[in-house]
Amino acid sequence: MSKLTTFLLAGTTALFATAAFAQHPHLNVAMQLEPPNLDPTAGAAQAIDSVVYSNIFEGLTRFMSDGSVVPGLAESWDISEDGLVYTFHLHSGVTFHDGTTMDAEDVKFSLDRARAEDSTNAQKGLFASIADVSVVDPLTVRITLSAPNGSLLFNLAWGDAVIVAPESIGEAATHPVGTGAFMFQDWVQGDHIDITRNPNYWGTPAVLETATFRFISDPTAAFAALMAEDVDVFVGYPAPENLPQFEADPRFQVLVGNTEGETILAMNNGREPFNNRLVREAVAHAIDRQAIIDGAMYGLGTPIGTHFAPHNPDYVDLTALSNYDPERARQLLTEAGYPDGFTTVMTLPPPSYARRGGEIIAAQLRAVGIQTEIQNQEWAQWLETTFRGHDFGLTIVSHTEPMDIGIYANPDYYFQYDNPAFQALMSTLNETTDPAQRTALLQQAQRIIAEDYVNAYLFELAVPTVARTGIEGLWRNQPTAAIDLTAVSWP
Amino acid sequence: MIRYTIGRVTSLFLSLVVASMVIFAVVEVVPGDPAAYMLGVNARPDTIAALRTELGLDMSAPERYLSWTSGMLRGDFGTSYTYRTPVTQMILDRIVVSLPLAILALGLTVLIAFPAGIYAASRRGKLGDMGVMGATQLGVAVPNFWFAMILVLIFAVKLRWVSAGGFPGWGHGILPGLKALILPAIALALPQAAILARVMRSSLLDMLGEDFIRTARAKGLTRRQALWRHAVRNALIPVLTIIGLQFSFLLAGGIVIEQIFFLPGLGRLIFQAISARDLIVVESVVMLLVALVIIVNFAVDLAYAAVDPRLRVRA
Repeated sequence: MSKLTTFLLAGTTALFATAAFAQHPHLNVAMQLEPPNLDPTAGAAQAIDSVVYSNIFEGLTRFMSDGSVVPGLAESWDISEDGLVYTFHLHSGVTFHDGTTMDAEDVKFSLDRARAEDSTNAQKGLFASIADVSVVDPLTVRITLSAPNGSLLFNLAWGDAVIVAPESIGEAATHPVGTGAFMFQDWVQGDHIDITRNPNYWGTPAVLETATFRFISDPTAAFAALMAEDVDVFVGYPAPENLPQFEADPRFQVLVGNTEGETILAMNNGREPFNNRLVREAVAHAIDRQAIIDGAMYGLGTPIGTHFAPHNPDYVDLTALSNYDPERARQLLTEAGYPDGFTTVMTLPPPSYARRGGEIIAAQLRAVGIQTEIQNQEWAQWLETTFRGHDFGLTIVSHTEPMDIGIYANPDYYFQYDNPAFQALMSTLNETTDPAQRTALLQQAQRIIAEDYVNAYLFELAVPTVARTGIEGLWRNQPTAAIDLTAVSWP
Repeated sequence: MIRYTIGRVTSLFLSLVVASMVIFAVVEVVPGDPAAYMLGVNARPDTIAALRTELGLDMSAPERYLSWTSGMLRGDFGTSYTYRTPVTQMILDRIVVSLPLAILALGLTVLIAFPAGIYAASRRGKLGDMGVMGATQLGVAVPNFWFAMILVLIFAVKLRWVSAGGFPGWGHGILPGLKALILPAIALALPQAAILARVMRSSLLDMLGEDFIRTARAKGLTRRQALWRHAVRNALIPVLTIIGLQFSFLLAGGIVIEQIFFLPGLGRLIFQAISARDLIVVESVVMLLVALVIIVNFAVDLAYAAVDPRLRVRA
């Protein structure tokens, strides 16, 4: 062997060796929508939480990928006998990305700010039961409630309840400063957001050194960006019809996870003819859930029979109550006094589950004599006319907030379900902290709304993620909107 | 020339004032409250009210119109509701993508259309003419977003010469920036070039039938010499009109192309702002685009006068 060949061979071996051992330090992540700003405590947009939850900001407690709630910045807590006083013990040595210390004062500031009179927190209701937040010592905070609240630890895990610092919150919309494993680096609006590993992180440091979030809403563009390997991970991939193609390609893995999104055909309970339970029951029986899942979602989604996530241990399968039975639907309509059916308005917000699902539902309703006049609405318009103005007969929407069965206790909520028995049940639930009792109450609540046919329950929204083969540590499920990169690594 | 210019400038300002009123009125009429949109379905009414106050949405419509227009006169477009950043800065960030894209696309349009149009006119009725006309027919008929998708599939997915979209920012150098803009520019330019080539050809053919061409030929010029020396310049007036319209279209009409290539341009900004009911951004960007269209048309009017001396006298 000549010297030259030896040299070349040695060089090649060295090259391969470095390639095999070097960690890819960077990840390109894509999602559909760009966040309007990066302050999770002042906006409802899920895209904000997708970028910042757990990566940049942390709360006292946090969600894991399976939906469980575990300690976050609080390492432990004590609850008083009467369930009214929670004492949180904070991790020591936690600093914000700007170097300031995170202590009990910051926790008090964050929670007081969220529940203040002039607060612009989109989930202010989460903090409604808090009567007082007081600092015991720099690492101990005491939260006093006005009434027992079994879901306080769960509420504090939301992105809207993260701990922020008074020094940096003013700039959070464009320059978020939190305590997370990643620090905000740069945002080119309209194009991408860069985050970089926090070298002073208090917990297990992130594996990735840097990550870039890109925003691609066009389905064709999403496909091309993955195929061209411009992005490594696409969370919430917008074109389910291409998923088999990615599954067949050895370069990619496809993860289909569940979300907290109960997709429902909501009915205006406050208005004729849907104030009649028989009519609502007829609508529920007129609908073939599987046809909607197959036709509108390319098979992604789990049928539901009540307003509850099927992966939750407390879920009761009530789909049989509203099985697909057009004959029964016609009978019920006749019984209700509509032998020839009726005409109603169905408003549809932009997501494809609503637009595509709406067409299929309209056809299924037509088969039992109900004519629908479809109105496509943008989100802002839907919020104003359908949601706030209650100006609709039917509408399709996915309720993505976790554990939101409590909306049925609010008679002013857009579908206007007013049942004092259910409202009393929800107050009892809020004051119950015993897990077994809570399960019983939650299951009873699911039955009441299913048997009252408040809405037609369609399916639990699924979230497809397409990623390069070998990438590990991604969340399959979306118990809250989050693209948690803290444990993600390349092979 | 001075009276002509003064007349044009006056109509320019009147158009801008009317445009600002129309834009404001239209955006006000569209249903949807930016505060309610930002806070979502679980927000409490008092939270929405607090945010409306914070954003200045509780002022009356005339008050907001006056504060918007007087701000614009000072070069201040206000602060975006959802992004919480100054609109002026947002527009500047986006225009450094949209303007070069429009200029690049227009350059390509002219580079393709002029030779094609002149060639077709000089070969009137022959095979070359028919070939060019057939190609332009196709170019006019096929929508630019379809071209865009095909270009992405060939050059980004298959050949991997460029990335499928996105924009690295001019901070990384001129070349990577141009590389990111080249496919979108081609996709935008092809249909425009097809239109312009057809206009160029028919305008030239009109000229070739004029008396002064016959005179030039009688003087002893060949057909080609007459075409190049006399017809092309005279044929430019209708072509200039089309170029002016096309530039405005390329600047404002890149929305679909910017979505496909996920470019952070003005089109994408306006698209996001409309769905978020970020009224102040919508109003300001639309106003800017209208102003640009009006100014481009103004420039084209002046260019007519430069090309055709008779217009200066007539006005």
